[in-house]
Amino acid sequence: MFDTHVVLVIAVASIVTIGLRSLPFIIWNGERKTPEYIIWLGNVLPYAIMGMLVVFCLKGTHITNMSEVVPAAIAVVFTAILQRVKHNSLLSILAGTVVYMVLIQII
Amino acid sequence: MGKTIKYAFVRSIPIMAGYIVLGTGFGILLDAGGYGPIWALAMSVFIYAGSMQYVAVDLLTGGANLITVGLTTLMVNARHLFYSISMVESYKDLGKLKPYTIFGLTDEVYSIVCDVDDKGLPEGVEKNRYCFFLSAFCQSYWIIGSLIGSILGGAVTYDFAGIEFSMTALFVAAFVEQWGAVKNHIPAITGVGVTLICLIIWGPASFLIPAMIGITIVLTVCKRLGFIGDTLQDDKSGGEANV
Repeated sequence: MFDTHVVLVIAVASIVTIGLRSLPFIIWNGERKTPEYIIWLGNVLPYAIMGMLVVFCLKGTHITNMSEVVPAAIAVVFTAILQRVKHNSLLSILAGTVVYMVLIQII
Repeated sequence: MGKTIKYAFVRSIPIMAGYIVLGTGFGILLDAGGYGPIWALAMSVFIYAGSMQYVAVDLLTGGANLITVGLTTLMVNARHLFYSISMVESYKDLGKLKPYTIFGLTDEVYSIVCDVDDKGLPEGVEKNRYCFFLSAFCQSYWIIGSLIGSILGGAVTYDFAGIEFSMTALFVAAFVEQWGAVKNHIPAITGVGVTLICLIIWGPASFLIPAMIGITIVLTVCKRLGFIGDTLQDDKSGGEANV
């Protein structure tokens, strides 16, 4: 089955995604010197982005629904404390996810 | 070379379970929408953007026109501009490996490589190849997951409810690790605060782009006012955030 519409949809989504990912590299490709401001932004952004991504992941949680909020809140705090103490990402992710999966079954 | 690949694999493990399971979820959804494994494969190879592929299933089954597809992709994936801006220096000298490594820069890969220059790598691990193979390992998990879901389709009745939290946990762990690495916490607090405010104002469907603009403005203003220095190791936050 060959469906032109599907091919075009995939092509458009692919081209836009690739464009977004590569645009900054095309603009500042080494021939043109990267401005100080962009270098600085590159240094500080990771810290802000990680906070943004945590919120992004939790965006579907309905704040008024306790059976959604409580498991998410406990699992986030648990993951954070474990990471702070042990500094082992794999352990924190694994244990945090198990805690979350158990909590959503019982709450 | 072997050591570099092995290290890339080890660093990719935290992403493995999440990508395989979320990829499977995508495959099942696409199959239910009437599109088989070949399309799942094509999407995971050429688009390789988790949340966008989930949205694309709706766009396909709803018969959306190409302009809608383009604009939706732009909205959902605009955050990738941020990752690339912050990796412009790090990925500068990747040479032949550069195009693919940039293509494979997803949220999760970014959370692993974003501090690659500050942290230092183990002896014998070569940075450029490490970044390349990390991207490649992660995309292979995503592709494997999509194919599993697509081939098994409705036959999988798995109960992994809550496994998607592994992606949240990945970012929480990265956030905590980064928090501990610097003295100035204004960027981290700005990231959480501005995004939360934008989520409240614009709602879950369209808060990301306002959040990105807001974060950039707040950080720039903080720099102008002297609250953030050239690096986050200078404690210019007045010490109150020194947890």
